[in-house]
Amino acid sequence: MKKEFSQNLGFFGLFLCMLTTILALGSIIYFIAARGFSVLSWSFLTQVPYSAMTKGGIAPVIVGTFYITLGAIMFALPLGIACAVYLCEYSPKSIVVNIIRISINNLAGVPSVVFGLFGLAVFVKFFGFGVSILSGSLTLGILALPMIISSAQEALLAVPQSIREASLSLGATKWGTIKNIVLPTALPGILTGVILSIGRVAGETAPILFTAAAFYTRGYPKSVFSEVMALPYHIYALMTEGAHPDKQRAIAYGCSLVLLFLVLFISGFAIFLRQRQRSLYG
Amino acid sequence: MDNKIKMQAKNVDFFYGKNQALKNVNLNVYANKVTAMIGPSGCGKSTFIRLFNRMNELVAHTTLKGKILLDDLDINSPLVDAVDIRKRVGMVFQKPNPFPKTIFENISYGLKVNGIKDKAFIEQKVEDSLKKAVIWAEVKDRLNDSALKLSGGQQQRLCIARCLAVETEVILFDEPCASLDPISTAKIEELILELKKDYSIVIVTHNMQQAARVSDYTGFFLLGELIEFGKTQDIFTAPKDKKTEAYITGRFG
Repeated sequence: MKKEFSQNLGFFGLFLCMLTTILALGSIIYFIAARGFSVLSWSFLTQVPYSAMTKGGIAPVIVGTFYITLGAIMFALPLGIACAVYLCEYSPKSIVVNIIRISINNLAGVPSVVFGLFGLAVFVKFFGFGVSILSGSLTLGILALPMIISSAQEALLAVPQSIREASLSLGATKWGTIKNIVLPTALPGILTGVILSIGRVAGETAPILFTAAAFYTRGYPKSVFSEVMALPYHIYALMTEGAHPDKQRAIAYGCSLVLLFLVLFISGFAIFLRQRQRSLYG
Repeated sequence: MDNKIKMQAKNVDFFYGKNQALKNVNLNVYANKVTAMIGPSGCGKSTFIRLFNRMNELVAHTTLKGKILLDDLDINSPLVDAVDIRKRVGMVFQKPNPFPKTIFENISYGLKVNGIKDKAFIEQKVEDSLKKAVIWAEVKDRLNDSALKLSGGQQQRLCIARCLAVETEVILFDEPCASLDPISTAKIEELILELKKDYSIVIVTHNMQQAARVSDYTGFFLLGELIEFGKTQDIFTAPKDKKTEAYITGRFG
């Protein structure tokens, strides 16, 4: 009897912890939706802002976030996969390589504002790209790199040794095996990591603060050297700057809701891909 | 023995780190014959067969002493590329290991890595290989299905077909039936007997009846040493070494 009681108490404790997590998530979605839903409309998503941000929509902001995110992934994806392939397939097991691995993991722990300052010093100033889509994409790309590398490494390690051997035994070269067998097999796993990092990159504020984002630009960005508006920074700006705090606040919640949906949508896609990968090996 | 020698192991010692896995092994693989390696687990027979297509190179910290010859060519010579050896010496593994691709792509892969691009030729070759491996009838209507949907026995025959498509001269079978049911096993054994017309075959097996059924020559390994090697008939009816006799009569192993 006594044993059963303590067991039930334990289960109840676990249940409470789970409930707290769900509650936190639920209340975030509820409060953001309750305050932001009223400003959502077709024109909010498709028009440019005017009257000091209080009227019109946020289309250029969404477009800006899209460009910066796309740029970051285009930069980080090939680099990250190449790095993971080297570490998993080619690098000898040595102390140096271990240090590299540890460094990559530490890179993931660097606060995002530090990436922002780094981007300012290197891309904006040193390379002279200015505050631009290019600088912001590169900065966010570096932020995404450790995530992409570690998910790619995991995916590569999950490829069974037996099919590598099969490929080599047929007279394929090592690179041919990696290109034709290992990478395609690991691709769904790599993509899952990529998509999760897209979600992260799209939502980051600090790295683009000094490297890409502007409070207001006239219309849409014209080239990779343009400043842009981006959702996370736009929310921050609406809440802290401008002359109409009350009107701006509702729009900020609207933007948050759009960002939330964007990231939820992206994560949903990642889960879909992972399921598909599992069914492939099931 | 007046048969033509296809492959030869000469004074082979092999080490994993400091552990010696093979001790001074000398053995001939005869052309168009089936050579079986038997022995208890961990005796070194799988390690030995993987020397014939330089698969052990993939394992770190290994050392090979002695020579492996393929038609008088020292396959470990610095002038020889492992890739070229593997195009001549194919392998079928213990567990079926089809690629997570379609049935067709599994077979055509070996042709593509060898630089063949002619589509009609590839299609013909895929069909021929699947027919030779006696799996054509079962898969001909679903060549574009994933190979992973096939049963274990079918997958193993697919892996054999994949190996056949490359037109090697030797095929190494590393316990090809270890994970298969008796019916699939019988099919594979039949296939091996058929294949020896065109190939020289080496097979590692746990199963002594299998060795007796399919092989022309048998080598018995124990603790990294080749205890006895000879015609299968002689090994099974009149073993010269007491250890061979003890193993074959089931007193250990």
